[in-house]
Order: sequence, then structure tokens, then C-alpha cells
Amino acid sequence: MKLFGSKPPLSAWIGLTIMAVYVLVAVLAPWIAPFSESESVAGTWDPPSATSWLGTDNIGRDLLSRLIYGARMTIAVALATTVLSFLIGTTAGFLAAVGGRAVDLLLSRFVDVMLSIPLLIFALIILSVFGSSIPVLVLTIAALDSTRVFRLARAVAMNITVTEFVEVARLRGEGLWWVMRREILPNAMPPLIAEFGLRYCFNFLFVAGLSFLGLGIQPPLADWGGMVRDNAQAITFGLMAPIWPAIAIAVMTIGVNLVVDWFLSINSRPSGAMAEM
Amino acid sequence: MADELLRIDDLRITSVSGNVLVDGVSLTLKSGEVLGLIGESGAGKSTIGLSSMVYARAGCHIDGGRIGLGGVSLRELPVEGRRAVRGVRIAYIAQSAAASFNPAHTLMDQVCEMPIRHGLMKRAQARAWALELFRALDLPDPDHFGERYPHQVSGGQLQRAMTAMAMSCRPQILVLDEPTTALDVTTQIEVLALLKKLIRDYKMAALYITHDLAVVAQVADRIMVLRKGKMVELGETEQILHQPKEKYTADLVAERAAGEHFAVPSIAATGQAVLTVEHAIGAYGDVVCLHDVSISVGRGQTVAVVGESGSGKSTLARLVCGLLPRKSGDVRLHGQSLAPALKDRTREELRQVQLIYQLPDVALNPRQTIGEIIGRPVSFYFNAAPAEVAARVDELLTLVGLPTDYATRLSTALSGGQKQRICIARALAAKPDLIICDEPTSALDPLVADDILRLLKKLQDELGVAYLFITHDLGIVRRIAHRTAVMLRGALVIEGPTQAVFSPPFHPYTEKLIASVPELRTDWLESVLAHRNAAPAVVV
Repeated sequence: MKLFGSKPPLSAWIGLTIMAVYVLVAVLAPWIAPFSESESVAGTWDPPSATSWLGTDNIGRDLLSRLIYGARMTIAVALATTVLSFLIGTTAGFLAAVGGRAVDLLLSRFVDVMLSIPLLIFALIILSVFGSSIPVLVLTIAALDSTRVFRLARAVAMNITVTEFVEVARLRGEGLWWVMRREILPNAMPPLIAEFGLRYCFNFLFVAGLSFLGLGIQPPLADWGGMVRDNAQAITFGLMAPIWPAIAIAVMTIGVNLVVDWFLSINSRPSGAMAEM
Repeated sequence: MADELLRIDDLRITSVSGNVLVDGVSLTLKSGEVLGLIGESGAGKSTIGLSSMVYARAGCHIDGGRIGLGGVSLRELPVEGRRAVRGVRIAYIAQSAAASFNPAHTLMDQVCEMPIRHGLMKRAQARAWALELFRALDLPDPDHFGERYPHQVSGGQLQRAMTAMAMSCRPQILVLDEPTTALDVTTQIEVLALLKKLIRDYKMAALYITHDLAVVAQVADRIMVLRKGKMVELGETEQILHQPKEKYTADLVAERAAGEHFAVPSIAATGQAVLTVEHAIGAYGDVVCLHDVSISVGRGQTVAVVGESGSGKSTLARLVCGLLPRKSGDVRLHGQSLAPALKDRTREELRQVQLIYQLPDVALNPRQTIGEIIGRPVSFYFNAAPAEVAARVDELLTLVGLPTDYATRLSTALSGGQKQRICIARALAAKPDLIICDEPTSALDPLVADDILRLLKKLQDELGVAYLFITHDLGIVRRIAHRTAVMLRGALVIEGPTQAVFSPPFHPYTEKLIASVPELRTDWLESVLAHRNAAPAVVV
């Protein structure tokens, strides 16, 4: 079977399967979860049993149900963040590449300033000032992450801007927006798609990390990072409770990376690689 | 035969993807003999050249055949044995000297490296030999030439330095892979003469690879014509030039000969000028590279701008387009002055001047269909509805001789000549009055280039479009230009009707240019050199 004009290797199939299962679980959460995400069903840190297969958490909620609902929140927030960050980052990056020296200077130096501030500290400050609601969370991470996307988009677009088909478009009198959308974007897609996968993983881990620190997704909504934090103490009693969400995070990250690797390998072939010109 | 040096039998080379690159080619080379390998790109010339050292480029594999050097079968040698042959008994001279030298070492170090490394000479010996070679190759200040770095010498000198490097181990065979193709004509003639002298003086054998029949005619004893990995014809040089047996060879000879005759009437400057450039001065930063150039192109005329690399001919094109805003002077279209910078010109002004580039591969967006590429100017300039655009695209494709179903394809699947046709169609889509052609045929194979020139001429007759044709090839100028401008170091040397420019009395630089273009006769190089020695050429 072919996808994107290439036959995925076994590793890519594993990655695709993992992603498909996660998305299915997230979409079907209300139907497949045995309990709701906020309902206490038993005692604290009960061991796995017939009713709750993975046991219960620190306040007696079913771990499996929370894991299933957590997939929704964690995946959706990371996805929204990455999409937004790419919209901002590529637009600004392309603009810097085609908009002339002044625009490039302004945008690039601004991004340099942003990059010089540690990501986590910056996010923590914003979230503690504005409070951690989901829109604020998504906007903050997307804005911070877009600086990284900007660098790649600008570099890729710079290589394409100097080609003669872009010069032809300029000679025709095309506007900046047309040049960015029709001449540059299609040719910049391969490296950007690969980067999208990688940045999705980073954002996913970042959301989990913020939740672990208590500034990410707020209770009673389930998310995997928060679940690790809630149940962290259980590890001292030799209980499995924090391990399950940690495994869910790890498997998701591996799955996305397997797919990204395949994407990168397609694009490293000379036929599809415009960025290497 | 006893003096047979190199013998290749039934050579077969395939690529990883399974394409046959060289198919059953056999050749022999006697000592003191020069065999020319000629053909279009993809003919397998370089691949055969490299295979004489049992080397195949990444992705290629020597599949079958025997490569014998002095009776020893090279393919059966282990890796060390092959290394002992490469550079020592057979040496290779590549097309791009600039890409072949390490920029971080001096020329002397690189020339001496091989004999020292192979243990053939001590350092002092190698140096002495290198100095002798520098002298034989007529390099300036030979005693100190080796102290320089590759970027400190000119392209022609670097090509000669590479020849010295190839000669450093006193090889029996030289493989010359388009050694003069990247050079200007006036430089090419010097390198060619030296190579010929060197081969004769040191009694070497050589494989001379090129796509230019006239060049190979000067140096080769025999010529092998190749096409798509197969041998078309092998014969004595005189026979190939004058009595080719195969039609393909005859086509190549005819194409090369066509450039030696005038094919269009020369025209004096007319009153109705499409484009007028007056006293234009262009500069990149503070570096002035276009000094006071005036030129005029009449309706339906072709004005050729010729010159060597660095003469400012492409800069002139950029200045006319507005990509390089002029410092002073004037550029007028139909008598109306154009703004210096592109962004200040109106859409209507932009429509009237279109550009065709040298490399069609990079001038077409690989992710747009041909229909989108050609259709965009139609919808952009004429606000045409989608159905009108589609009809116009079909019409344009037919006009440039391509099937209309190409509209849905991507350009990446097309050949170089077809891509250039798409570029022409895109330029025509704007219904321009002037098309600036920046070396549109120099990246194409001779027969394909010939077709493109014919197409351009046909379109001019039908549509009355004017061309500002930038080229370094005087053969093309004679065939298509009504008027010619010769440029040198950013200034206009002479401008006038083509036949007048190319007939006596010559401007000295024009004469030098004309005399440097190889002609299709074996004694051309000798006669030019004899002429030069008799009356020292004017140094311009």
C-alpha cells in the first residue's frame, strides 16, 4: 500500500497504527470508558481489579477511564497548539524571506529575543499571570513554539526565494501573499510536515510537563501529565498508578516519531527534496 | 596490436534503478592517439571516461565487459591494485576545475600530492616536475604560481593547473572530460592549444570527452559518436566531419555548421522602437558593472547581446526588467520611460516585457501543473475566466509544439527542451511586445537547442514579438539576430546590423571573439595559432 507516493516501512506502520488507536480512543472516550473522568469509584490507589482494570488514583477515580479521557485533552491541546504555532511561524517566516531586508531584520531580531528567554520559565510566568485556562495555555505555547517554526520556515523559504520561478512571479507583478502561498509554500511542504511531527511531540511533552507542574490542564479534567503528578507519590509505595500515564505519553511520542522518520526519509530522496537545493 | 594501451570490450554500466547507462561499448586506444567521445547529455560519455579507471559514480555499477590496460584486466584487480593505476597510469581532468580543487591548500601542494603519496617521487623532485609542467602549460610566473590558492587564479589558469595535477605522475593516458566547456571562447583556445601540445610532446594517449564537434575536431585522431549509452559511429575525424555514415552524426554536423552562416536579414535601426536603453549605468552596491550602455530594439526584431562571462550582458537584462534598479540613464518602452525599480512599474508595463531563463529546470515551479504555470499570466494580466484560461493554455501549448494534455502534468516529468518550451509559452501568455532571452539554449543539447531557436524564430514571424537575446554563442547570433551588440567589461564595444558587426572592418575585440570560436575543420586551431604568431592579437 502506498501513502504520499511512498511505501511505508514496518516502523512507519507501527507509528501510524499507534496514532490511529490513540485518535480512536480519544474520539470514542465517552462510549468506551467504563466510568466518567471525575467520578470516585473506590478507595485511594486500589490495585487493579475486575471493575477497574488499572486500579484507582489518589482520590479513588478509575485510572483506565481517566487515561481514556486524558487522551482527548492531551492530544487535542497539543494538536491545536502545533497547528496554531505553524500558522504563525510559517507566515512570519515566509514574510521574512520575501518581504525584504527591513521586515526580515525586524522579525528575526524579535524572534532572537524570544529565543533567548527560557521556554519553560516564560510559559510559567504567562500562565501564572493570566491563569491557566485552556485557551491561554494553547495561545501561550503556540506563540512560544512559533519562534522555532519561524526559524525553519524562514531558512527553507530563503532557499526557494532565490530560485528563478519566484523571480518570474515577481516580474509578473504578483503580490507577496501570492508568492508565499503559491510559489513557496508547496515547495516548502516536505520539511515543514516533518517538522510538524517533531514539534507536535515537543508540544505534547510540554503540555504534559506544565500539567505536571500544576499550570497546565486543570482538574478535574484528565490529562496524562497531570495524572503523573497526582499519582507521583504512589511510586514510593511501589504502586503502578503513575506509570500508566507515563507509558501513554512515551508510546504516543514514539509513534509520532516513527511516522516523522519515514516522512524525513521520503524527503531526503533527491526527487522530492526542494529544501536541499 | 602491440602498442595498444587501453582496450575496453563490451562495456556495460547500469544504475541502481536498473537503467542501462552504457550498453556494449568497445574501444581501443593506442599510445600517442587521441580518441574523441562525443554525444548529447545522457549519452554515457563521462561514464565511459571514468570507467577506464574502473570507477563508476555513486549509484552506477560496472556490470559487464573487460577493461584492459596494457594487457592487464583492471576489473579483476583488487582495490589497492586499482588505486595504483588511477592517477598514476590513467589520469582524469574534470570539467569544473573550480569544483575539483580543495580551496584550503596551495596549488603546488595539490599538484605534488599524488606522486608523493604514491611514493613515485620525493618532494623536491615532485616540485621540480610541477614547475616544469607550469612552464610547459604557459602559466604566468611559473616559479611562484604554485604558492597561490585556487581562488587566486583565473578559470583558465585553474584548468591548466588541473592539467598539471593530472600530469604529475606522468600518466600514459589522460581522460579529458569537457576540459574547456566551462571556459570563455578566448580562454578555451589557449587551453586547447596547450592540451594538444602537451599530448604531443609527452607522447600520451587521451580520451577527449566533449559535446562540441568543432572542439574535438582540433585534437582527436578518431571520433566515437555516442547516443543513449550506445555507440552510433566510430571513425577517423575527417570521415566523421565530411562523410558521416549515420544520420544522427550528419544531424550533429549540420547543426554545428548552421551557425557559420547568416540566416536572417540584418536591419538598420528603425524608428519604431519597442525598447530603448539610453546611457544606462548599473551597479551592485558601489561596484559599477554597466557603464553607459545604449541599445534599441525595434518591433519584431531580434537584437543579440554577446560577450564573455562578466561582460555585463545579464546585468543589462536585469536592469531592463527592473530587478536591478538603474543608477542613471533611461529605459523606455514604446517611448514611455519605465521606473527604475520593479515595484514602481505598472502591471501593464510588466506584461509587455517577459523573460526566458537559461535553466528551465529552476524557472518552473516543480509543484505547479503546467496548466497553472501557463494559465497564471493569462488570468493575472487579462482577468480571464477559468474556461478562457484553459482554452488559452491549450492554444499556447499547441503554439510551442506540445500536446494539450500536458496541461495537467507537472513540469518535473519533462525533458530540458520541453521545459524550455513551457517557459516560452508562459512568456507568450502575457502577449508581450518584448521577450528577453537570457541564454535560453546554452543549457540544452545541440539538436534540442536548434529546435528551440527555430521555434523562437517561427513565433517572431507569426506574432511580431521582439527579442533581446543574450548569448555567448556567436553561431546563434548569426542565425537569428537582426542586430548585434558586443559587450566587454560592462561596456558596449560595438552595436549594429549583425552582418556589419561580423564583417570586416572588425572591431579588434569582435575579431578576437570570432577567431576564437572553433570551426568545423581539423586544421582550424593550427591556422589560428599561426595567424596569431604572425600578427600578435590585439590585447583588449
